[in-house]
Amino acid sequence: MSPRQPRREFDFSGVPERSRREFLKLMGASIALASGCSRELPERIVPYEDMPEQLAATKSLYFATALSLDGYGSGVLVESAMGRPIKVEGNPNHPASLGATDVFSQAAVLTLWDPDRSQTVLRQGVLSTWDAFRAALTARRSRFASQGGAGLHILTGSVTSPTLAAQLHRLLDKYPEARWHQYQPINRDNVYAGTRLAFGETREPRYDFTRARTVLSLDADFLRSMPGHVRYARDFNGARRPGETPSANNRLYAIESSPTLTGAKADHCRRLRASQIDRVARALAQRLGIAVESPTSVPIEAGWLDACAFDLLTRHGESLILVGERQPAHVHALAHLANERLGNVGTTVQYTNPVLAEPIDQLDSLRQLSAAMAAGEVQELLILGVNPLYATPADLEFARHLQRVPFSVHLGLYRDETAMRSLWHIPAAHELEAWSDTRAYDGSATIQQPLIAPLYGGRSPHEVLAVLAGEFEQDGHAIVRALWQGELGGDDFEHTWKTSLHNGVVPDSAFTAEQVTARLPALPPLRDADSSELEIVFSPDPHVHDGVYTNNAWLRELPKPLTELTWDNAVLMSPESGRRRGLANEDVVEIEYRGRRVRAPVWLLPGHPDESLTLQFGYGRTAGGRIAPGAGFNAYALQTSAAPSFDGGARVHPLGTRYPLASAQMHNRMEGRDLARMLPLSAVIQRTAQGAQPSKHERKLLYPPFASPTYAWGMSINLDACIGCKACTIACQAENNIPVVGKDQVQRGREMHWIRVDRYFEGSDAHPRVHFQPVPCMHCERAPCEVVCPVEASVHDSEGLNVQVYNRCVGTRFCSNNCPYKVRRFNFLQYSQDVPSLNAQRNPDVTVRMRGVMEKCSYCLQRIAAAKIASEKEGRRIRDGEVVTACQAACPTEAIVFGDLNDPASRVRIAKTSPLDYVLLEELNTLPRTSYLPAVENPHPDLQET
Amino acid sequence: MAGQEQVLGAPSSQPVLRGSYTYASITDKIADTVLERPTHWAWAVGFAVSASLTVLFIVAMSYLFAKGVGIWGIDQPVSWAFALTNFVWWVGIGHAGTFISAFLLLLRQRWRTSINRFAEAMTIFAVAMAGLMPILHLGRPWFFYWLIPYPNKMNLWPQWRSPLVWDIFSIGTYIIVSILFWYMGLIPDLATLRDRAAQRWKQVGYALLALGWRNDARHWARFEIAYLLMAGLATPLVISVHSVVSLDFAIGNTPGWHSTIFPPYFVAGALYSGFAMALTIAIPLRATFGLQDFITARHLAVMAKVMLACGLLVTYSYLVESFMAFYSADRYESFMLLNRMTGPYAWIYWTVIFCNVIVLQTLWFERVRGSPWMLFAVAILINVGMWLERFMIIVVSLHRDFMPSAWGMFYPTFWDIAILAGSLGAFALLFLLFVRFLPVISMSEMRKLVKERRESSS
Amino acid sequence: MAQVFHPRQLLLLKGIALGALLAAIAAAFLYRVATQAPVARNVPVEQPIPFSHKHHVGDDGLDCRYCHSSVETSAFAGIPSMATCRTCHSQLFTDAPILAPLFDTRSQRAPVYWNRIHQLPDFVYFNHSIHVAKGVGCSTCHGRVDEMPLTWRVASLEMQWCLGCHRAPERYVRPRNRVFDMSWQPPANQLELGRRLVAAYHIRGTRALTDCSTCHR
Repeated sequence: MSPRQPRREFDFSGVPERSRREFLKLMGASIALASGCSRELPERIVPYEDMPEQLAATKSLYFATALSLDGYGSGVLVESAMGRPIKVEGNPNHPASLGATDVFSQAAVLTLWDPDRSQTVLRQGVLSTWDAFRAALTARRSRFASQGGAGLHILTGSVTSPTLAAQLHRLLDKYPEARWHQYQPINRDNVYAGTRLAFGETREPRYDFTRARTVLSLDADFLRSMPGHVRYARDFNGARRPGETPSANNRLYAIESSPTLTGAKADHCRRLRASQIDRVARALAQRLGIAVESPTSVPIEAGWLDACAFDLLTRHGESLILVGERQPAHVHALAHLANERLGNVGTTVQYTNPVLAEPIDQLDSLRQLSAAMAAGEVQELLILGVNPLYATPADLEFARHLQRVPFSVHLGLYRDETAMRSLWHIPAAHELEAWSDTRAYDGSATIQQPLIAPLYGGRSPHEVLAVLAGEFEQDGHAIVRALWQGELGGDDFEHTWKTSLHNGVVPDSAFTAEQVTARLPALPPLRDADSSELEIVFSPDPHVHDGVYTNNAWLRELPKPLTELTWDNAVLMSPESGRRRGLANEDVVEIEYRGRRVRAPVWLLPGHPDESLTLQFGYGRTAGGRIAPGAGFNAYALQTSAAPSFDGGARVHPLGTRYPLASAQMHNRMEGRDLARMLPLSAVIQRTAQGAQPSKHERKLLYPPFASPTYAWGMSINLDACIGCKACTIACQAENNIPVVGKDQVQRGREMHWIRVDRYFEGSDAHPRVHFQPVPCMHCERAPCEVVCPVEASVHDSEGLNVQVYNRCVGTRFCSNNCPYKVRRFNFLQYSQDVPSLNAQRNPDVTVRMRGVMEKCSYCLQRIAAAKIASEKEGRRIRDGEVVTACQAACPTEAIVFGDLNDPASRVRIAKTSPLDYVLLEELNTLPRTSYLPAVENPHPDLQET
Repeated sequence: MAGQEQVLGAPSSQPVLRGSYTYASITDKIADTVLERPTHWAWAVGFAVSASLTVLFIVAMSYLFAKGVGIWGIDQPVSWAFALTNFVWWVGIGHAGTFISAFLLLLRQRWRTSINRFAEAMTIFAVAMAGLMPILHLGRPWFFYWLIPYPNKMNLWPQWRSPLVWDIFSIGTYIIVSILFWYMGLIPDLATLRDRAAQRWKQVGYALLALGWRNDARHWARFEIAYLLMAGLATPLVISVHSVVSLDFAIGNTPGWHSTIFPPYFVAGALYSGFAMALTIAIPLRATFGLQDFITARHLAVMAKVMLACGLLVTYSYLVESFMAFYSADRYESFMLLNRMTGPYAWIYWTVIFCNVIVLQTLWFERVRGSPWMLFAVAILINVGMWLERFMIIVVSLHRDFMPSAWGMFYPTFWDIAILAGSLGAFALLFLLFVRFLPVISMSEMRKLVKERRESSS
Repeated sequence: MAQVFHPRQLLLLKGIALGALLAAIAAAFLYRVATQAPVARNVPVEQPIPFSHKHHVGDDGLDCRYCHSSVETSAFAGIPSMATCRTCHSQLFTDAPILAPLFDTRSQRAPVYWNRIHQLPDFVYFNHSIHVAKGVGCSTCHGRVDEMPLTWRVASLEMQWCLGCHRAPERYVRPRNRVFDMSWQPPANQLELGRRLVAAYHIRGTRALTDCSTCHR
C-alpha cells in the first residue's frame, strides 16, 4: 500500500546503483498494487558477498558521536539500520546531552540524506575532480614555502576541534605569514570580552542550575540557544520541585529584548529593548552593593528590582545572574562581578578555559580578512565550512572583496552563495560521514566517528588542510587518531581510544574550574533612554539558526516557538508597535537602517518589547539547495560590523502589500477553556497536602470498562517541565517517517506532526503569560474515533493503544472530525516522496503512509513491539523504562514519561497518582491514557502580576 | 399565464385536470412530446449547458482520483466540506419523488397523478448524484467496497457501529426501490409508446423496455397489486433514509452535530428541499411543453403548501437547536451557536435564516402560491438556503470545536465548485434526456383521471 | 399492431442477457486471479543458481540455521552470504557450470539476485525470531523444504491464513526442540499437547494475537 522503503534484504554497500533502481521499480509496483489493478512484481533478494559480522541480525546498531552547533558539540547516539543512519538520540554519557537532544541534532540525519547536498567538486562552477583540486593546491605550495605563506588566508567558523586546531597551528608554524581567521555568525565575542573585562583573561562561564534557587537572566536564553542549553534545561527543571516548600524551588527572573522560551518559562519576566538592559543591569548591580552610579531613569519599576535583588541576596551562593551573548561586554562583566559578590562563583557558576581553541575577537578577525582582501593581499583563501558571502555583516562587503582573491576555495555541504562565487568548491563530508572531534560547553571532548562512508565523496576540513599543508598523513581517521594518541598517549591508548569512541566522551576531558577574581570594569556612558527611536535586534532563527539549516525541510516546517511560523522568517514586533503603524500580520514593510533597506513581512508577537524589531537570520538565501532560496528575508543585509547584535535608529515604511505566512496555530487564546493549566506554588503545595480529589465528572459508561490485562500503556506530560522547544515534535517526525508537506499545505492547515506543542497566550499583549502544551494522541480508552470508522481502521488493541491501521484505512476522515483533540493527521495528497536518498533515512519498522490514509501518534508502537518480542524471548515482562517513545527520549527536561500503568512501580503510574494529574476535556469522558501535570509558577510574594 | 389562472379563482379550488380531454387526446398530448414534437429550443439550450457542465464533472472527478482529495479546500480540522454537503443536499432532494408517488398514493391524493412520474425521475437522478459524493470524498476511493460486508481473505467485516455503514444500506435500498417503483409505473406507458412509435428502432427500443406488456386485464390486475405493494415498501424509506443520513452527524461528538433532534430535522429539511426542487423543475417544464392543463396551478399550490409545512418544521428545528444550546448550559454547544451567528461564517447563518425562514413566510399568501413565477423564485432561494444549511452544519461546526489551538478555516478551491456545478449539470442532463425519451406524465394514470371525471359528470 | 419481436428473436435476446451475466462473473474471477500474490503457490521458482534444499537439507542434513543464521535473533531469517556458500563450494563442485554465478559475485562483483518466494506486503511486520521462540516450526509455514529440489511456497500468506494460527496457536505449536525438525508431524493429541505448550511458552491470548498492532505498524 505504501511507497516501498528500502527492504532489510537489500545490501546497499554492495550494489547501491542496482538497489536504487530496485526502489523505483518496487514503488511503481506497490502503487500499482495499491490501486488494486495489477499483480505485484516479484521481489529480488540480494545477499551479502561477505556478511559484516554485526549486521547479521537486522537490528539497529547505535554509535556514539557528537554533532556540533556553532562549534560546540553535543553528544549523540546515532541509530544505524543496516548501515543507514536513520535516527539521532541523545547520549546519556555526554554532559551536554544527558540523553536528550535539541531540534538540530534530530534534524541532522535529514541534512545527511538531503538530495540537494553538493555532490561534486566544482571549478568556476564547472564539474571537476578532487585530484584536479589537489594538483592545483599542491602547485601553489612552492609559493607558500618561498614567501612563508604570505597571502594564504584560512577562514573557519568557531573551532573547538582539537585536531583541526592542531592542524591549523602546524600550518601556521610552517607558514608564519599565513593567516587563520575565525568567524561564526553566532559567536562568543561578547562573552569572552566580558570575562576579559572582569578577570583580565579569557574565560568560559559554565553554569550549574541544579544549585541555583534564584536565577536572573539578562537577555540570556539558556533554555533554548546557549551552548549547553540542553543540559541547562535539564538542570533548571531538576531544581523545580513542585510540592516542596517554596524555598526548595527555584525562581526565575528574566529580562529579555526579544521573546524567548526562557522568558516564557520565567516566574517574572520583563520585556525591554536591548539597549535598556544595560540600565537595569547597573541599577541591579547598585542594589547588590556594587559601586556603580545608578542610572537616572530605570525602565523597570523599583519594586520588581527590589524583589529580584532581595531574592538574589538572600540566596547567597545559590543565586545566579547570567547574561545573553547579545549584550555588550561590560554587562557581562557586571554580572561576573555580581556573581562573585553573591558568592556564586564555584557553586552556580564556574569559569574554565575557553572551549574555543582560539578565543579571538571573531568580528575583528573578519574585519581584518575583508580589509586584506580589499587591499588585494589575499592570494589564496580557504573557506572551511562557513558561508561568508551570506552570513557576514553587510558593511564588510565580503562578496565584492572576494572577487579580488585569485585562488578561493570553499568547503561546504551545499552549493551555497559562497560556493557559487569561489574558484573551487569542494563538497564537505557531513559530521556523520567523517572522522573529527569537538568539545562541548564544558570542554568535554568527543571523537566524532562516521556512521557511513561519504555519500558524495565529501571531504572533512582535516583532509583539506592535510593536503594544503602537504602533510604525509591525509586520511581523516589517521589524522584524528594521531592527535589523540599524542593527547592521551599511554601504552593502553588503544583501550582509551576504544572506550572514548564507545562512550562518546573522552575520559576526564572536561575543563576544570579556574580561579578568578573579578574587578569592576570601566563602564561606558549609558545610551540615552530616548524611547522614541526604533531598535532592531538580530538573532538566529530558532530553527534554521544562522542559515546552516535553511535547506532542512523538517526544521523549516517545524513551527517556531512562540510565533508558530513555518517556512519563512518575519519581522517580529509588539502588537502595540504594530497598531501605532497600522500594521497587521503579513503586511510587508521596508526596514531602513543605516542607509540599507530590506523588505519583510510583519508578525505581531505578544510579549515583544515595544518600539523594537527582532530580525532573525537564516532566510533570504539565494542558493544552497532546492528549498533554501526564495523564502523570507535576509537579516544579514542590515547587519553591520559596528553593531552586530542590536542598534537603534531603524525606520519602518509600510508598503501596503502582503506576504502570506504559514502559521501552524491560527488561534492563540484558550477561550477560558481548561486546557493548559498553571497553578501558583502555594496552591500546588495545598493540593498535594490534601491528596487526590475525586473528579467532579462521574464516569457513566454504556459499555463495560476497558480492560487491558497484559500491559496498559500510558503517558504523563509535565507542563511545568515543558519548555516548548519542540524537540519532541521533530524527534517524532524522524522516528515515524512523517512527511513534510510544504508551505502551501501548512497554510491550509494540513501539517502532519503527530505531536504538536500548543502555545497559548493569556493576559495582556504587553505582558502575556505563555502556556506550552505538547499534544500527542490521547489514546482514549473510550476513543470517539473508533466508533465512527466504517472499516475498523481505527481500533483498540489489548494493551489500550488506539491504533490506526493504515492499510485498512479508506480515508473517510470521520475519525478526525470526531477526535476532540484533533491529533489525527490525514494524507490529503501523496506527501511522502519516493526520493531514494530520503527513503534511505526512513525507519524500516514504520509503514510509509500513502495518499488518502489517516495517521497519528502510535505511542511508538514499533518500539513497544520490539521490546515485547525481546522480553518474550527471554520469558519476562517488559521492564519500566525499556520502552522509551521518541518524544520522551528527545525531551531535554524529561517532561514526558511513558510506561505501563499495570506496573505499580512504573514512573508513569507514579506520575499519574499525583493529585494534580488531569486529562484534557475530561467532561467528554473519553478516558485518555495521556494525562498532564500542570505548570507551576513560583512568584515573589510582593509581585503579583498575572 | 399567471393572470389567466387568477381568473379561475383560487388555485386550491381548481381541478387536478383542466380542459376537456378524452382517452385518446390525453395520450396524444403526452406521447407526442416524446415521439412527434420537434426539439424545443429551450431544451436544446439546456442540453448544451448541462452537457458541458457534465464534462467538467468528469474532468474534476478524473483529476480527483489522480491527485487525491487534497485538491479540495478540506483541511484539519475541517476534513468534511463540499462533498458531504452535496451528498446530504442531493439525498434530501431525492425525497420528494418517493413521497409524492408512494406516500400520496397510499393517501389517495389524486393530485399526485400528473406529477409523480417526473418527481420520481428527479428522485432517482438526485440520489444517483448523492450516491457518487461519498465515494468521491474517500481518501482511497478504490477501496469503497470495504464498507460492504462480503467474505474476504482478510477475515474482516465493516465496523457496524459506524453510521457510514448504515448509509450504504439505507441509500442502497432507497435507490433500488426508487428505480423499481419508477420503472414499474413506466411499463404501461412504454407499451403505449412502443405501439405508437413510427420508426422501427423506436419500436424495438420501447419494446425491450416494455417487457412485453399487452394491456390485458390480467396484467393490470397484477400491476395494480404490485404497484400498491411497492408503494407500501417505499413509504417507510422516505422517513428512514434521511434519518440515517442525519445520524452521520448526530453520532459524532462535534458541537453542532451531537443532537437528538437531527433525524426529524433532516427529514423535514429533505422534503422541504425536495419539494422546492420539484417546483423548480415543474414550473419551467409545464411552460416549455405546455402542460399547464395537467400540472395545474392547483398542483403548484398544493406543493407550495407541503413546502410551507416542512419549512415550518425546519424553522422549529432551528429554534430548538438554539434553545438547547442555551438550555444545556454546555460551554461548547453555546459557543458553537454563538460562533455560527457571529463567527467568521456568520453570513452563511444569516443567509440560511433569510432563505429558509423569512422567504418561506410568503407562502402564507394565496397570491404567491398562485403565481408560478413567484413560486419559482421562492423555490430557487430555498434550494440555495438548504444547501447552505448543510454547509453550515458540517463546516461551521467543524472549524471551531473543542481545542482552540486546532481551530481553522475552510476555503473552497476551484475543484470544490467544479464538483458541485458538475453534479448539477449531470442531474439536469439526465433529466432533460428523460423528458425527451420518456413520458413526463403517466398516461395510464391520466386516463384514469379522465375516466373518473366522466363518471362524476354523468 | 404486430408483435415487435419474433419469438426466435426473443429467445436470442434472453440468450444475450444470460451471456452478459456470465461474462460479468468471469471478469470478476479474472480480476481476482490477476491481483494475486506475485509468486504462484506450489510452483517451483527458478533461481539464478538452481539451489536444492532437498539436497542440502534432505540429503546432506544441513541445519536450517547454518544458512538462515539470524532466524532466532531477528525478524529476517537471513539469506546466506556468498561466502557462506563458498565454505563448502570452494572445495565441492567448484567447476560445475551451474555454480558459476557463485564465483562471479566475487570476481566481477555481480551479485546473485535470488527470486523472492515468500513475500509479504510492506505494512506487514513478520518476525521470525519470536515465532521460532514460541515453538512455531519451519515446516509449519514453509512445508517440507527438505523435499524441494527447487523451493516453492506452500502457504497462501493471506491474512486469513495468518489468523488461522493466531486464533488457535495450539493447533500448530510444537516443542521448541523440534522447531527445526523438518519431519515433525503433529501427534494425535496435538490439541492437548498444543494447549500445554501455549501455556508453557506464555503464548499470548487470541485477543492479543489478533490485535491489528500485532502485525501492522
